[in-house]
Amino acid sequence: MVTAIETRTTLPDLSRVTAVDEVGVNERVARFQSRSIKTTAKVEALKLILSMIDLTTLEGADTPGKVRQLCQKAMHLHDAMPGLPHVAAVCVYPTMVGVAKKALAGRDINIASVATGFPSGQAPLSVKLDETRMAVEAGASEIDMVISRGAFLAGEYARVFDEIVAIKEACGEAHLKVILETGELRTLDNVRRASVLAMHAGADFIKTSTGKIQPAATMQVTLVMLQAIRDFYYETGRMVGMKPAGGISRSKLAVHYLVMLRETLGNAWMTPEWFRFGASSLANDVLMQLKKQETGVYQSADYFSLD
Amino acid sequence: MATPENKLAFDAGWQYAPAPESTDHIELQKKYELFIGGDFVAPEEGRYFETVNPATEERLARVGLATDADVDKAVAAARRAFTGWNRLKPAERGKFVYRIARILQERAREFAVIESLDGGKPIRESRDVDIPLAAAHFFYYAGWADKLDYAFPGRKPRPLGVAGQIIPWNFPLLMAAWKIAPALACGNTVVLKPAETTPLTALKLAEVIADAGLPPGVVNIVTGAGETGAAIVNHPRVDKIAFTGSTAVGRIIQKALAGTDKKYTLELGGKAANIIFADAALDQAVEGIVNGIFFNQGHVCCAGSRLFVQEAVADEVVAKLKDRMETLIVGDPLDKNTDIGAINSAEQLETIERYLEIGRQEGAEVHQSACPVPERGYWCRPTLFTGVSQSNRVVQEEIFGPVLAIQTFRTFDEALTKANNTPYGLSGGVWTDKGAKIFRMTRSVRAGVVWANTFNKFDPTSPFGGYKESGVGREGGLHGLDAYLDLGA
Repeated sequence: MVTAIETRTTLPDLSRVTAVDEVGVNERVARFQSRSIKTTAKVEALKLILSMIDLTTLEGADTPGKVRQLCQKAMHLHDAMPGLPHVAAVCVYPTMVGVAKKALAGRDINIASVATGFPSGQAPLSVKLDETRMAVEAGASEIDMVISRGAFLAGEYARVFDEIVAIKEACGEAHLKVILETGELRTLDNVRRASVLAMHAGADFIKTSTGKIQPAATMQVTLVMLQAIRDFYYETGRMVGMKPAGGISRSKLAVHYLVMLRETLGNAWMTPEWFRFGASSLANDVLMQLKKQETGVYQSADYFSLD
Repeated sequence: MATPENKLAFDAGWQYAPAPESTDHIELQKKYELFIGGDFVAPEEGRYFETVNPATEERLARVGLATDADVDKAVAAARRAFTGWNRLKPAERGKFVYRIARILQERAREFAVIESLDGGKPIRESRDVDIPLAAAHFFYYAGWADKLDYAFPGRKPRPLGVAGQIIPWNFPLLMAAWKIAPALACGNTVVLKPAETTPLTALKLAEVIADAGLPPGVVNIVTGAGETGAAIVNHPRVDKIAFTGSTAVGRIIQKALAGTDKKYTLELGGKAANIIFADAALDQAVEGIVNGIFFNQGHVCCAGSRLFVQEAVADEVVAKLKDRMETLIVGDPLDKNTDIGAINSAEQLETIERYLEIGRQEGAEVHQSACPVPERGYWCRPTLFTGVSQSNRVVQEEIFGPVLAIQTFRTFDEALTKANNTPYGLSGGVWTDKGAKIFRMTRSVRAGVVWANTFNKFDPTSPFGGYKESGVGREGGLHGLDAYLDLGA
């Protein structure tokens, strides 16, 4: 066990991480998008997507009332359609974790809390650690932290690495999702390196974006991160989860993400345990598509609750 | 790298439901005649042959078998049409070629389905590659029709006369476009013979040419096998031969043409080196390998069939390639999710299987993906040979199937030497993150086209053709005009 911990907490030589060719990535993504997902495969995919959603509200204007409504939606996606799964988690600010915990009491829905000076990460480490511990104590079972992008871009990889290691420790039993904020890392080479760094530092999940920076999740960055996860698994045997977040609001796009997941990592990752969508408006579009598959016609958006 | 316990699994869980492209909108006749002098006419000897769907082994249609007498008629029709076509204002000639391009675009879906039915290629490729590129070739050369003086400043470009064109079965419509478009734009008339296993899209193209209102005889299409092709090659009133096909047949043609004043271009076989350096973007390189050898079931003359991987990353690349191969879907060419369709003919499948046996006997390690294949039809799973060297026949000879021979190398010079150590020289690929290495390698590989950090990219503006036994002359781009013109002294 000691060796396992040691390998986990050594900063790897990022200069040895394979290069990424953007043109090639774009071509591969286009291939995923040309897959034709119909009938039973589509219904299965749509239900899987619902079960993988981290239903999210991360606004300055969030109130306990808003969070309670979100939790209600998480538990009752669309009761008019029986047999639907529930979402994987709700994702809120640390101050709202207690509210969510009460609202979701007794339900098998995870509570994810952002932490570490979300979204910019521009806070002292001690503050980040306190915030993390507070969120876990309040009942968060998943922590979505942000990396220090400034430090990463300045080449201070050890600092970024050590921060993640420290936060992971502060998480205790809670799962750690590490947000790379790929929109600020700019290049796919950086995305790949940051992914490797985060996984070696102990990330249980790697996540694209906060949703506060454009571009947020794209299929391109997600593919690069999935390939990093695959290589990490080849190397260590440890599975790491993936969470694209921000900008995925349409079912069709989400299905393409599943195609990409399936053809990059295979079946083992096709569960909410290993793949999440960070999204606030995706669920209703998926519900609408499920209804369309059932009845052959689209229902008005007014038939699906907005919370 | 991947160990048995760290292996990815692609075989269970969520699978794609069938997504077949509809065939409702296409019209196929039971019997096709020859297209001579603007009309569909029965072959003189009244003989027909069958064209089958290689995915089902079912007959699609019967097609006229052209003999010497039919070829003679076709050449005479082309000869008669030449004077008028040649004297037409170049811009008017261009208009006809543009019209062919536009009609092809409008009927793209129909052409894509027929191409997949007759040839076995996946609909994704016929829809996204073959048909759009064929239209693009007509568009491109249409533009040159009235600009030939600018293409060759100070020269007096004149058409050659009647062009005899013989095309293969791997890209039936696209090869017809490569041949017909520059010939027409330069003011020549044409006698074209499609391959005997894939005549249908060429015959459909004859309908398009008729619909476009081209003067009778400007394009004639005769169907048949080798003997029909020989009749075209040996016909005294043909001025130019353009052939794409095997090196063996290319040799016969070149012998037959020796001593005549026929111009010719031959686009023949290949055994391209695809070279992966350790500093390459490896995941994209793996895609490039897949695209290089499994595109169109490996029925590609410029396929990257010899892979060279730098030793430091060889295990990693091969492991990734094997996992990637598990996600390739082999099966119904008309399913939109199919990656690898049917082998074009029983004969070609036999050839491929013979080489698989040769490889095994030579002691190579064989790896095939595990995907299921349909019971009827002609199929070959994507295949790798490892543990081979330049001395293996499967490394030396063109297999023309989804079969890749993998070797490793240590240094730049070793890779280059081995890449050039082949009688062929049609294409090549180099993968590295270093620009300087790209330039050094692409300058030194003796092949007509060398791709850097990509593979199997085609564009009408780019010349294509081979060194050594891969052929003579260039098609495509400005160079492609040259082959259909007499530039004077």
